[in-house]
Amino acid sequence: MYLLFILLFPLLIGSALLIFKPKNAFAISLAASIIELAATAFVLQEASLNPVSFSAPWVAEAGLSFSLYVDGISGVLIGLCALLVPFIVATTANTDRANNSQFQGLMLAMQTALMGAFLAKDAFLFYFFFEASLLPIYFLAAIYGGENKNAITFKFFVYTLFGSLFFLIALVYVYLQTPGEFHSADMEVLYQTAKGLSADQQGYLFAAFFLAFAIKMPVFPFHTWQPDTYTVAPAQGTMLLSGIMLKMGTYGVIRLVLPMFPLGVATWGLTASILSVIGVIYGSIIAIQQKDAKRLLAYSSFAHVGLMSAGILSGSIEGIQGALYQMLSHGINIIGLFFVIEIIERRTKSREIAQLGGITQFSYPLTVTFVILSLGSVALPLTNGFIGEFLLLKSVFDQNLTLGIIAGITIILGAVYTLRLIQKSMFGNVSRITADFADLTFAEKAVLIPLSALVILGGIFPSTVLGFSEPAVQQLIQWFK
Amino acid sequence: MTAIIALSLLGILNLFLGFWLSRKTIQAATLLFLAGSMALTAMDWNHEMLWYGHMFHTTNTSISFSLIIQLAAFMVVSFSKGFGIDEEHTHPAEYYAILLFSVVGAILMVSFDHLIMFFVGLEILSVAMYVLTGSDKRNLRSNEAALKYFLMGSFATGILLFGITLVYGATRSFYLVNIAQAIANTPPESTPVFLSIGVLLILVGFLFKISAAPFHFWTPDVYEGAPTIFTMFMSTVVKAASFAALYQLLSGPFGTMYGTWVYPIYYISMLTLLVGNITAVYQQSAKRMLAYSSISHAGYMLLTVSANQASTPSTILYYSLSYTLATIVAFGVVMLVAEYQTGRTEKPENFSSFEGLAKQNPGLAFCFTIALLSLAGIPLTAGFWGKFFVFSDIFNRHVYYPVILAIVMSAVGVYYYFKGIIAIYFKEGDIERIELPGLVKFAMWACTLGTLLLGVYPSIVKNLF
Repeated sequence: MYLLFILLFPLLIGSALLIFKPKNAFAISLAASIIELAATAFVLQEASLNPVSFSAPWVAEAGLSFSLYVDGISGVLIGLCALLVPFIVATTANTDRANNSQFQGLMLAMQTALMGAFLAKDAFLFYFFFEASLLPIYFLAAIYGGENKNAITFKFFVYTLFGSLFFLIALVYVYLQTPGEFHSADMEVLYQTAKGLSADQQGYLFAAFFLAFAIKMPVFPFHTWQPDTYTVAPAQGTMLLSGIMLKMGTYGVIRLVLPMFPLGVATWGLTASILSVIGVIYGSIIAIQQKDAKRLLAYSSFAHVGLMSAGILSGSIEGIQGALYQMLSHGINIIGLFFVIEIIERRTKSREIAQLGGITQFSYPLTVTFVILSLGSVALPLTNGFIGEFLLLKSVFDQNLTLGIIAGITIILGAVYTLRLIQKSMFGNVSRITADFADLTFAEKAVLIPLSALVILGGIFPSTVLGFSEPAVQQLIQWFK
Repeated sequence: MTAIIALSLLGILNLFLGFWLSRKTIQAATLLFLAGSMALTAMDWNHEMLWYGHMFHTTNTSISFSLIIQLAAFMVVSFSKGFGIDEEHTHPAEYYAILLFSVVGAILMVSFDHLIMFFVGLEILSVAMYVLTGSDKRNLRSNEAALKYFLMGSFATGILLFGITLVYGATRSFYLVNIAQAIANTPPESTPVFLSIGVLLILVGFLFKISAAPFHFWTPDVYEGAPTIFTMFMSTVVKAASFAALYQLLSGPFGTMYGTWVYPIYYISMLTLLVGNITAVYQQSAKRMLAYSSISHAGYMLLTVSANQASTPSTILYYSLSYTLATIVAFGVVMLVAEYQTGRTEKPENFSSFEGLAKQNPGLAFCFTIALLSLAGIPLTAGFWGKFFVFSDIFNRHVYYPVILAIVMSAVGVYYYFKGIIAIYFKEGDIERIELPGLVKFAMWACTLGTLLLGVYPSIVKNLF
């Protein structure tokens, strides 16, 4: 029942906001997301002892059930989602979006869709939320987005939907092979059933599943929607997209692809890993050349997720654990970084790196938090990024030395574009538009300082999370072997 | 069963009411009649019966389809407000009466057990539709549409009748049960060739009625030319009834001839999906886009028919219901916006005339969005499950290529349905608040909430039988 609560509570409040349009939407939305965080923390506390589950009949005559499940893997993701949303809501403070009930309502609706995808134990339920999450984010981006938003958000919608349709069809295929008159889409049953398929079938199915997740993450060459969408979406939409939504893709690979199609991964996994690593390098190189800071972060996100994908596809415990940890860290770092850019844009009306400079003279706290978040993103030791990236690189090295070496370059390239961003914006000469840069407000500090603290805490105490997820990962690996 | 007698009598009564009562009262009376006939239909639930010398068969399946048809008619009547035709020349009583008669025809089409009964039902429905299409008699396009529909329709009916004759010649019966027996008792090598030809000719007649490619050319013109309220009726009632009848024929008497009809259906459904979806992309007019979308939905439904599984009738039922609910809202909004804008120079049904609808009419915009999402098959709406059930039925037959094509075409579908959503939300326009009559509001929200309810919990319909 707790699971049902954490799933539906944001939607309930979100739709109330959308329908009744109260004046103090910000307070309601923030309170709701904090209650959600507390409830999720409680569920995770329970889940650390024993997996928590909930099940109710749904489409009984098709064998689909409304079953939710929290183990070490989904626990990390719902924790991430519940943790980030209050921060994302808080970033709207003192802007015209703060008390925009439509904006807040859509964000909360989005949270339910994301939570649902991570909580689902029935593969169709996963698909259902996986797709449903497109609607609130589409409207968020298309209503509140920047220049040329219609065409870009539309491309995003159609592109991701297109991939998911192949996922759906492959899922239906496996589902129809399950035993019983009504079949079943329970993930465990699907694992069991898919095991019996031939290597050829698994190869095709792997391709169809991976296509959907590769578009969502995105993996090279399915990334063309991503930089534009991230750039054009409102800051909070970008945070939802990059902080949480792209993790549905990586989560899907861990949860569905690895255990279902071990033979498919054996055949095609290396190809997919190579594509992912190409994305890592390609994304980093393009990030270095970006003029727009938000676009730079979009490409950096693309590069980071490529490494996660390669680590997961290695199929080792380190790879999956590293990816889980990196999903958490990347979520924290990237929303912090996007918020920094948003703060700069609010004050200077520009995201052009070349036009910025010398901000540190006006706002010391902004510089410090920005540097900490960036170092987390660069994966410096003692930051959260290091743990995940180290584990991921190790898993890729173990799988294929050459690929590992190439992927390793990401650390250098990452440092190049991130440090360049810091240097050009924070240090150097004060430019015309940064001349009267106002210091951080309380609300902005209240977001950036906790996030920076999390970056460091995550670097020092990784075992809290890794220990939490390990039993579930061990169990999952059994299916893969 | 009593429902068809009641509806026929009430239709005649309706004609007389026209002498004394105002348009509003007749509308209310018609709604009352339909509600009553729905209750009468529902009373037969679980009482399987044969009527009229075993020509008319009430089963739970036929009752469900009859209910969908009457529900659609109910919603259409709720939406009718002057029929979108200028007040002076309307004769509302006639139109309501014809609507009731055509519902009788549609009910016959879903409950027949005899080919003549089927043919009578089809003709009652079709003739009524020819008349309604041309009801905007001062409008050239409406006249053109009616003539086109009538000529093409009669031709198709002729072909269908010819098919029935050949089947009769081969099996010596019009009764479905006897036809099935005759076919089963004849060894395959001595089956007359003209039996297969007859089946295929019947199929062609049907494909015309459901506007499958390449028999679809009348559809866009007729749908566009007819007053929108009747387009709404045509695209929901005629389609649901024809599919129910088609399935009943193919799975029942011709079930053993699966090999004869299934391949044509595969190819035609693929062609229909291609033509419907790709042409829809290029439409500037929302009404014409919905016409092509109705063609493409015929493609999906044909796929289900070809699957011929135990679950197929419930899939067709579910799909018809979800399609009906969404289509009624979509055409309804097109009609309301066009009515609001009559007098403008641009064509009032173009996407461009929807621009900025959401600003002053959030409710209308929301309903339209849900309807388009459902037609596109996005989760949370009924349309998603409709597609899901279709795909899983056809997959059970181990048929893959049509499904893959259907998937790609659903993505294309998203493209053109979103044109509407983008126009209403993200384009600037100066549409003021459109005041809706209570009944229209009721029908619109009922359909929208129904779509959402079915989208979250499809079991309510799938569990029926």
